[in-house]
Amino acid sequence: MSLPDPAVLITAIADELKAHLQAHNIDNPRFVGIHTGGVWVANALLKELKSEEPLGILNVSFYRDDFSRSGLHPQVRPSQLPFDISDQHLVLIDDVLMSGRTIRAALNELFDYGRPASVTLVCLLDLNARELPIRPDIVGATLSLDAMQRVKLVGPEPLAIQLKTLDHL
Amino acid sequence: MTPLAPKCPLQLNDQGRLRHFLSLDGLPREMLTEILDTADSFLEVGARAVKKVPLMRGMTVCNVFFENSTRTRTTFELAAKRLSADVITLNVSTSSTSKGETLTDTLRTLEAMAADMFVVRHADSGAAHFIAEHVSPNVAIINGGDGRHSHPTQGMLDMLTIRRHKGDFTKLKVAIVGDILHSRVARSNMLALKTLGCPDIRVIAPKTLLPVGLEQYGVNVYTDITEGLKDVDVIIMLRLQRERMQGGLLPSEGEFYRLYGLSEQRLALAHPEAIIMHPGPINRGVEIDSLVADCPRSMILNQVTYGIAIRMAVLSMTMSGQNEQRQLDAEKQESI
Repeated sequence: MSLPDPAVLITAIADELKAHLQAHNIDNPRFVGIHTGGVWVANALLKELKSEEPLGILNVSFYRDDFSRSGLHPQVRPSQLPFDISDQHLVLIDDVLMSGRTIRAALNELFDYGRPASVTLVCLLDLNARELPIRPDIVGATLSLDAMQRVKLVGPEPLAIQLKTLDHL
Repeated sequence: MTPLAPKCPLQLNDQGRLRHFLSLDGLPREMLTEILDTADSFLEVGARAVKKVPLMRGMTVCNVFFENSTRTRTTFELAAKRLSADVITLNVSTSSTSKGETLTDTLRTLEAMAADMFVVRHADSGAAHFIAEHVSPNVAIINGGDGRHSHPTQGMLDMLTIRRHKGDFTKLKVAIVGDILHSRVARSNMLALKTLGCPDIRVIAPKTLLPVGLEQYGVNVYTDITEGLKDVDVIIMLRLQRERMQGGLLPSEGEFYRLYGLSEQRLALAHPEAIIMHPGPINRGVEIDSLVADCPRSMILNQVTYGIAIRMAVLSMTMSGQNEQRQLDAEKQESI
């Protein structure tokens, strides 16, 4: 399978996001990336948009529903939102959307910080494997993988997408 | 993860992760660092508008205090609540045990309440360990202080205080001053500092308040405080534990203050940016001067805040370790 180039996807996402925000009359969106890959994508996207906006960072590990299976991963840095999110229009950014559980956790965490006016979801890749009714507003590319295949974003400079095959589920 | 610690394997699961938290003895440096890192993340939660995360939703934490405590009990309670657990606190010191019930009977009664985790404080050394050995599987035991033996969450919150305000342990001189003999805090601190690579751990106390066998902790012992405080980066004062003393160890509290109390003059012997710590409650004018306790370099109140984060870290990590063990056991069962 040929894998897309993240740089190309981000250029397309930037154009689509501008149009989306304009269509919804959103002037000053706040950007939030999900640790780690989502933060990389968000930074690349802000660069593409020539924006100096501060980036909020979410570490959703305290909100996950599967932590008992995968354990806590405290090594990641804590969440940091350098702005008040109440009544703000948020752009939530992640690298890969698979089951939708990470986004569910991220939304729960966001609402513990305040009540945003809206949340627009941007994902670099959608793996078409949703287990929850969560879909991105803007997506770079959609991939359909075999059950044993996974993609991983490596970065942050340059960003690249890797495909790997699991030995067992 | 590093191989199983030989000294206290009871508190680790088959993967070498925490399932109880009984003592710092035998825990590797990576594990202590993991606790500190996790606590750092939880400190951020304490600064939010909604100071709560759903990690332990639906679980029950039972604080069982066979011995009085205010700050340990309340910070454990707050930690469990911030993790969304349900919490009950039992002060057993005044109830059933005084009617003759044994420790195991009390424990069985509590187990019947289907708690997932017990935080235990007891006046007898080894009580938490004993309970962990006898409790039904998948119930985590956290030691909230046992006799003179160990107070591991206090030890870890002291380490978090030091790391946040002084940084790298391998460059620090740390003095622990006062009633070492009766202090489980001193023991936990010495173990943690040694494991984290602190090269100069000093213990300062009168001979009557020094336990035997201090050499195993790799500390330098001083009976003269002016010598011991020289250039230290961290001063940990201990509370004079009058309730554990049975006469004869000290002439008087006034004498103790004169010889070992932390006054401004003595503080001047330490590094100019040295921090002052105390596990609380403080005896003003007995082990520490009021001016020193309230000065900007005093970390006494920061320690309380950090205590909540450390306790959140320990509660969530042991819960995670118990869950993991349950899955491992289930897989083992399947393969049979």
